[in-house]
Amino acid sequence: MYNKGLIVPGLIILVLLVTFPFWFDAFSATKSTDPTVEPPPGGEQHCIYPADEMRAEHMVILNEWRDDVLRNGNRGTVTVDGKVYGKGLQLACMKCHTNKEEFCDRCHTYASVTPYCWDCHLTPTQQKAGLKEAN
Amino acid sequence: MIEKALRGSSRYWTWLGILAIFIGIGTFCYVRQFLIGQGLTGMGRDLGWGLYISQFTFLVGVAAGGLMLVLPYYVHDFKAFGRITVLGEFLAIPALVMCLLFIIVDIGQPLRAMNMILHPTPNSMLFWDMCVLLTYLFLNLICSWVILTAERKEVAPPKWIYIFVYISIPMAVSIHTVTAMLYCGLPGHEFWLSAITAPRFLASAFAAGPIIIVLACLLMKRIANFDAGKEAINKILTIIIYAALINAFFVCMEFFVAYYSTIPGHMHSLDYLFFGIEEHGVMYNNLVPFMWTSVFLCFGGLIVLAWLKLSKKVMTDAADWIIAAGCLAVFLSLFIDKGLGFVLGGLAITPFDTVVEYYPTVNEIGITIGIWAVGIFMVTVLYKLAVDVEHEVEE
Amino acid sequence: MDTKRRTFLKAAGVAALAGISAPAVSKLAEASASAVPAVAENSGGTAGKMRYGMVIDMRKLYDRPDIQEKMAAACRYVHNIPTFDDPKSEIKWIWSAPYEQAFPEQSSTHNADVIEESQFILLCNHCDNPPCVRVCPTQATFKMEHNGIVAMDYHRCIGCRFCMMACPYGARSFNWFEPRPHIAQEINPEFPTRMRGVVEKCNFCAERLARGEKPACQVAAAEVGAIYFGDLNDPESEVRKVLAENPTIQRKPNLGTKPSVFYIV
Repeated sequence: MYNKGLIVPGLIILVLLVTFPFWFDAFSATKSTDPTVEPPPGGEQHCIYPADEMRAEHMVILNEWRDDVLRNGNRGTVTVDGKVYGKGLQLACMKCHTNKEEFCDRCHTYASVTPYCWDCHLTPTQQKAGLKEAN
Repeated sequence: MIEKALRGSSRYWTWLGILAIFIGIGTFCYVRQFLIGQGLTGMGRDLGWGLYISQFTFLVGVAAGGLMLVLPYYVHDFKAFGRITVLGEFLAIPALVMCLLFIIVDIGQPLRAMNMILHPTPNSMLFWDMCVLLTYLFLNLICSWVILTAERKEVAPPKWIYIFVYISIPMAVSIHTVTAMLYCGLPGHEFWLSAITAPRFLASAFAAGPIIIVLACLLMKRIANFDAGKEAINKILTIIIYAALINAFFVCMEFFVAYYSTIPGHMHSLDYLFFGIEEHGVMYNNLVPFMWTSVFLCFGGLIVLAWLKLSKKVMTDAADWIIAAGCLAVFLSLFIDKGLGFVLGGLAITPFDTVVEYYPTVNEIGITIGIWAVGIFMVTVLYKLAVDVEHEVEE
Repeated sequence: MDTKRRTFLKAAGVAALAGISAPAVSKLAEASASAVPAVAENSGGTAGKMRYGMVIDMRKLYDRPDIQEKMAAACRYVHNIPTFDDPKSEIKWIWSAPYEQAFPEQSSTHNADVIEESQFILLCNHCDNPPCVRVCPTQATFKMEHNGIVAMDYHRCIGCRFCMMACPYGARSFNWFEPRPHIAQEINPEFPTRMRGVVEKCNFCAERLARGEKPACQVAAAEVGAIYFGDLNDPESEVRKVLAENPTIQRKPNLGTKPSVFYIV
């Protein structure tokens, strides 16, 4: 091989860089854990679907609600445990999950996902306190 | 073939280095705009488009200009253009990249640009603009690359490439027609609502694009030992003169329609551009000096070029400087006419019939210069590639 | 390049293309089977096609700039619209302007005194033939066929501002900066804000209409009863009766946009 003195060290550095997450995690003192989320502070037990389905499908549900409400004008309602909510992030989900930071953000931060939902939709803290204080 | 772009004289690298500085400045300015908002530009509620879209409009024309080399060579067998058609394609590629960059820096949510592809909207001209621009970019990439490679290997290009070459001919017309359709179908702006917008764009494009090629050839004769040939340059000058004359004629027709009918919707934008409008005691005339300069540059440049040809002095060596001066004058005139005149003139009159003047901000100009630097960078690299292949074949 | 290497590259190219397009093809093949069944009841099962329209009785607003301001403020509150001092960055869904700006296609020579001295209410006309919908490249703005409202989906808007170019009435505003720090009034917790980089405009209070409430500007002008709102396609509606009894004008009717807002001047 030509330039063996450059290529082999280079390859080793590349392999180390690519596998960085694995060996760094293995050797670090603090162990990373799966995220845990807080249930709604109001004590609601049920969501519109079971938790596993919500975890997997909540973006799909929100997108379908969005298209149904905005494009088809079906501003209908969802009923959970006898309580009626409008269709939408702010009108349904945030009414129960008033602890966005302990619920939504836990998994999103862990997975390094930054959904832009809350650029527009008000979190419960913002709805109550007014934007200037909450931000 | 790309290795040819990586080897060059110190002059080449210095030039690329200078351009890289401007690209860096443009990037920094864009990051600021991305984080803070389009409010950093001079655009506003009553003036939704500005410098970025005006540059986009002009550069689509420059990209279409390569047609004026492809058509005579591939369809009409004008052999003198054989060595320089690749220059037309290698100008179209950076011009199209610049167009796409100007669109990306202009839209408010660039990360959602894929929405145009995920939700195709055939009734929107912007959708079709995206389609034809990307298609034309692809066509130029494949045609220039295959034909240049064949030239380097000193074989005839494969027959299938001619399908793409012939498709690129109507596509060149289509890219600028669709861009014109962005403007000439809008009911809110009477200044743009004219059938002659598309022909005017095309005439201006077929002058502006070849001018850059002429200027590049004259420059490369001096610094890169590449001679396009007097016959080719002479023919391109003929094309430029006719195209610029036709564009001037179309602009004069706009004047006639506006000022003979005295319909305010048509007149107001021309009033603002060429004479200034006074409203509530304030005089709005910041573009007036530019427009008259454009008029004088156009006719001055055309007179110089026409004199060169008619006096048969165009074939002499000394004529090169005069050709460059004349071409530069016409180019600047077309740049002002289409970019500032047409786009900003139409925007200056709001739907409420008030006047709003546009002053680009420093940040906006920084981004614009950065994108132009990207384009000139690409043109430098690609033209060097073409000229080096030429030299390799000659040996 | 020898033929074996060339064959390999060709095969690799085809495989890569197949791999990249496989998800797209499988998504198309899945057809429209959605993962989640519809949960909510359908609230508005309207049979015929409605066309919401508005009549603004300017006679009741000529000497009431306070009511005009109240209308704009109500809209701002209900929809969390920010306030900018610089007119460049303004966001306005409903606002007041002089006659020459509201009706530039009409003559402004020797106008009546009351016209000269008053301001007129301007808002999105929710045209029946909207140019903004025609030009939007992503269908982020669209006409709702069942009620005629020209609506916007802020999730899809890419901020190209082509709709702002197309609108002959200047009804649309772009978020040049982050809007939230500039919301001067109390926020309405039932409605979101918008984000930077999208275009917004009046939505005929579609969310209020769905709850059976009247548009915010109509409620704000209730003191003088200057706004009539209803179904233009229903011959028995109040708005149709008002139109039948009063001569009205529209903004720029010669452009063929078929606006749904009428003015009694």
